Amino acid sequence: MTKQTRTAIIVVAAFVVLIVLLNAFYIVSETNQVIITQFGEPIGGATTTPGLHIKAPFIQKANYFEKRWLEWNGDANEIPTKDKKYIWVDTYARWRISDPLVFFQRVRDERGAQSRIDDIIDGETRNAVANYDLIEIVRSTNREFELTEETEILELAGAIYKIEIGREQIAQIILEKSSGTTPEIGVELKDVKIKRINYVDDVQRKQFDRMISERQRIASKYRSEGEGRSAEIRGQKEKELLRIQSEAYRTAQEIKGKADAEATSIYADAYNRDPEFYQFMKTLEVYRTIMDKETWLLLSTDSEFLKYLKSTNK
Amino acid sequence: MSNGDFPSMEIRLPKIKPGIIKLGILGLVILIVLFSSFYQISPEEMGVILRFGKFVRTTDPGLHLKLPGIEQLMKVPVQRQLKLEFGFRTVKSGITTQYMTNQDTKKEARMLTGDLNVADVEWIVQFKIKDAYNYLFKLRDPDSTFRYMNEAVVRKIVGDNSVDEVITFGRARIAMEAKEELQQLCDLYEIGIEVNQLIFQDVNPPEPVKPSFNEVNESLQEKETKINDAYAEYNQEIPRAQGEAEQMIRAAEGYATERVNNAQGDANRFKAIYLEYARAPLVTRKRLYLEAINEILPKMNKKIIFDENQKNILPLLNLGDEVKK
Repeated sequence: MTKQTRTAIIVVAAFVVLIVLLNAFYIVSETNQVIITQFGEPIGGATTTPGLHIKAPFIQKANYFEKRWLEWNGDANEIPTKDKKYIWVDTYARWRISDPLVFFQRVRDERGAQSRIDDIIDGETRNAVANYDLIEIVRSTNREFELTEETEILELAGAIYKIEIGREQIAQIILEKSSGTTPEIGVELKDVKIKRINYVDDVQRKQFDRMISERQRIASKYRSEGEGRSAEIRGQKEKELLRIQSEAYRTAQEIKGKADAEATSIYADAYNRDPEFYQFMKTLEVYRTIMDKETWLLLSTDSEFLKYLKSTNK
Repeated sequence: MSNGDFPSMEIRLPKIKPGIIKLGILGLVILIVLFSSFYQISPEEMGVILRFGKFVRTTDPGLHLKLPGIEQLMKVPVQRQLKLEFGFRTVKSGITTQYMTNQDTKKEARMLTGDLNVADVEWIVQFKIKDAYNYLFKLRDPDSTFRYMNEAVVRKIVGDNSVDEVITFGRARIAMEAKEELQQLCDLYEIGIEVNQLIFQDVNPPEPVKPSFNEVNESLQEKETKINDAYAEYNQEIPRAQGEAEQMIRAAEGYATERVNNAQGDANRFKAIYLEYARAPLVTRKRLYLEAINEILPKMNKKIIFDENQKNILPLLNLGDEVKK
């Protein structure tokens, strides 16, 4: 054996040893976990601690699985509620591979798992939603709406109807029911949440009609309030006018009456000195006033005035 | 290794001393090692170092060293204010920011309110990554999960409010509640995100319903106009009536003054005349009487004097003609 061949052999041997050594190590990161399989058969449990680990080179294979929480985002499902309202329900959930061995055996990979979770959660969502009225899925508490002048007149569906369990609890039911099944595929479910709820188009149209009629009711309420209030103000105005006028009339009459009384008393005081003379004076005055050129005067000669016409006797 | 064993090499290679080649390779290796050992973290970021996949430390902004080949660096922008938009997207931000909406964003915005009505709610959320470790290692898709969390939380809160609260006076409160609940959810999920602000942008009734909401506003204005008109009428007529009342009272007072003065005058006149009359009643009486007659008689056109013995003069008078006139 020459020196050169020896060197070559050493180099090749070192290379082979290096490859074997490298294959004996595997790295587990913070984000994944590893199942070791030997000729396809799983050996031992999952390696979850991050760092450098050893396995038998070549005969054993490291299978990597995600360790972090994964997300499941379902397609929106058209589901009728208990009160027969058709809605789209869109949920999301968090899940993780809790038992990589079972997971590996049952569903192989995440894609397989996702489709199983689809089946499980969609089914449970359907059951849960169909068991409750729409309001239970929409509302979470029985908080009373703040009402304005505007909304007071509306019979608020939600305000009248009291919910028994509410959205959070329904999501919880979906989670609990689903969680019963998922360990079978090595999956732990967490936080099923209802992401979106919407009416299907038909129902939505009707709902819009309802909203429109609600607003029209508010609008007509405002209009009639406007009319009512303005009528009230006009009424108030009429009342005020009559008060002002009648008070003025009363005051005027009182003032006049007092003056009349005073005048009467002044006259009486003066004329009482000789009522007969007053009558005489006043009568003469009246003669002056009432007699004019239209008046015919027929005088008999026996009148006081004409007595001298026939005789000058005293 | 000796050169003498390979004479052919001397022909092909230029005459470079093998020591220099070795030195050059060594230098290159050292350079590569050095370059992959140093790393820089910019001010808005934080470095996360993994050794064989295991988390070992975080590093602050600046120049740092790591073990080449063994330690792996991940950068997380912890200081950066991040923003997500729901119900719309900013196309181009600038002085005149352009927004756009499409079928997807419309779906993001549409939600049911607690009175089973429908509202379109657009909102933004501003957040920071406060815990790089959690952000990287607790969830695989923190960004999309965070989107879902937003949608779920805002819809949940809106689902507990009436459409009027959502659209008008409850907006700020609802956004505040949503922000708090979102933060709680973030803490529960250990997503490593700190929610700074959740702000409602446009919140509207759905397009087909909008006109009826506008009608409400119009009717409100009509109402106010009607009331204002009525008040205007009130304010116009009442002062006038008050003025007229005042006038009536003043007139009455005038009447009173006149009446009393007249009475006083008449009385004084009578008293004066009476004083003189009392001194010579008979003559005065005659005088007054004759003065009056003197004054009255000339005014009259027809004066008929008949004898006291003549009876029934009336039938002779042609009164009818006079009456006819």
